Amino acid sequence: MNLPDKKGHFGLFGGKYVPETLMPALAELEANYLKFKADEQFKAELAYYLKHYTGRPTPLYYAERLSEHLAGARIYLKREDLCHTGAHKINNTLGQVLLAKRMGKRRVIAETGAGQHGVATATAAAMFGLECEVFMGQEDIERQELNVFRMRLLGAEVTPVTSGSNTLKDAINEALRDWVTNVEHTHYVIGSVVGPHPYPMMVRDFQAVIGQEARQQIMEAEQRLPDYLVACVGGGSNSMGLFYPFVESPQVKIIGVEAAGLGLDSGKHAASISAGAVGVLHGSMSYLLQQADGQITPAHSVSAGLDYPGVGPEHSYLNDTKRARYFSVTDEQALSAFNLLAQLEGIIPALESAHALAYLEQLVPKTTKDEIIILCLSGRGDKDVQQVSQIMEDEA
Amino acid sequence: MSRISDKFAQLKSQGQRALMPFISAGDPNMETSYRLLFELERQGADIVELGIPFSDPIADGPTIQRASQRSLQNGTTVDDVLALVRRVRQTSQLPLVLMTYYNLVYHYGEEQFVKAALSAGADGLIVPDLPPEEAGNLLKASDSQGLDIIFLLAPTSTPDRIELVSKSSRGFIYYVSLTGITGARGELAQGIKQQVQAIRAQTDKPIAVGFGIANAEQAAQVAAWADGVIVGSALINIIENYLDDKQMLVKKAGEFICSLKQGIRS
Repeated sequence: MNLPDKKGHFGLFGGKYVPETLMPALAELEANYLKFKADEQFKAELAYYLKHYTGRPTPLYYAERLSEHLAGARIYLKREDLCHTGAHKINNTLGQVLLAKRMGKRRVIAETGAGQHGVATATAAAMFGLECEVFMGQEDIERQELNVFRMRLLGAEVTPVTSGSNTLKDAINEALRDWVTNVEHTHYVIGSVVGPHPYPMMVRDFQAVIGQEARQQIMEAEQRLPDYLVACVGGGSNSMGLFYPFVESPQVKIIGVEAAGLGLDSGKHAASISAGAVGVLHGSMSYLLQQADGQITPAHSVSAGLDYPGVGPEHSYLNDTKRARYFSVTDEQALSAFNLLAQLEGIIPALESAHALAYLEQLVPKTTKDEIIILCLSGRGDKDVQQVSQIMEDEA
Repeated sequence: MSRISDKFAQLKSQGQRALMPFISAGDPNMETSYRLLFELERQGADIVELGIPFSDPIADGPTIQRASQRSLQNGTTVDDVLALVRRVRQTSQLPLVLMTYYNLVYHYGEEQFVKAALSAGADGLIVPDLPPEEAGNLLKASDSQGLDIIFLLAPTSTPDRIELVSKSSRGFIYYVSLTGITGARGELAQGIKQQVQAIRAQTDKPIAVGFGIANAEQAAQVAAWADGVIVGSALINIIENYLDDKQMLVKKAGEFICSLKQGIRS
């Protein structure tokens, strides 16, 4: 598939909707990315760190007890939760920070919601010796104290954002404002397949290692491709990473799971594709949560990593071309799946990944034992146990 | 010729530069914006930039962000701002340039937006997150109907981008004086003169300079190089000081514009 096109569009979606100051920087980034993408030495260096630092390849684990419990298809978990720092985010930050270093930038900045991407950026910056500043909404700083401490421990400066709704979307606004100001010596490490071109393409390519490995691993385990791929979608980087190497294999059905929060009818959710409309935010055109006149509405999800009012433009494209289908599950369903995986498999998933797991309750009963599902377990739940314990206490 | 081009031509023939203040429509309310527009005109504003507030203004610093928030808290919509333009236009020929972010224009429908803006009496439109590359539909709509779409250049703009923007922009070219977001600064950025000259080498269109200009002295300096001087955050800082006394707000804003005008004329 040759998307995005030269101007960064996936059909209607994507593009470069940014202030003029950034247009030359995006062109420079794209040129450098394309150059290093084809550079054997760069590829070898990235592969080295992915193997020896991150711990790749991550296992593709057959979840036997979960499969028995749901009594349908055989379920394989792609264990991104076993990556260094606890989630798939490091695949992208290693790639981008290595690229920033090759481009001669001395400083990287990042936005973070739950703190996972901030930690992964701070980690890569520490390892490659670059300055790092992470923008984080004041509200998220208060609910993710531990990750704030981790980032500071890793040498990053964490800057509270107190504009707008004090959450992830505002942290992105602030990171973009910093980048506009310091573009000469700073690279902005965007954490998902969102933002202006070339970010959705570049982050997808760095995350595609998930799907490339899974494809090889399932061929070894089952001698055939899976029937279904399932992954959670906030901005959509773990899902795009898993999906992309299978997009041109039409026998593989692709399913993205969005966060329905308190329910799609409640207005408190983060399901941009399922319940949003097309618009432009943070540099690209995609599905967004917004009022009828185009003012952006804050998202809600129990999972901070899915709490974003937009989605990567390529997901919007896969949805509109019907190559992938997008569903949503509520906070409550995700919490129940969080518990289920812990009890049946001894794996505590991230709340984000728990959304993908929760969708299995709807999907698996419609499948047979001959079918195969690969689910991206994008991160581990250590960061969430305190929050979940609080929720259980409040409910008790 | 549009009201904007006419104004620049008229000023040029008098050896003058355009003073272009920015306010966020509906900050702190529409009635005050209405009175402000007349006071700004009376004190020497040649063209006024009127912001339609957006929830996520990525090109703006804290001052204009707060102004947008104050206006949005009153529920300001695109149609409210166009109603203000219509009301002003009944008695004034002051050229008015709308400034907003692309999502609001996209949702309104580009053709409908251009039509509604012109019918209300607006003259131009600045969309800071819409470079010419993505502006095909808006340009098509505005070219056929006659609204000036103004594009921006920045210190980072390369020669090929200066050429593209100079070609695409109508009414004038907005040169962003610094690599950064809107906001009053203590000192002018370096290299404004050289960049304005580089743009002038590519085009006869008027060039207005904005971002970071905070006082009469800086305005005078910029007026020596460019055809227009844009002042936003410094004006809004004054507005912010008098939110509880609308009469003083209008008076003090007017005095500030008067001081800028004197600076530009000197």
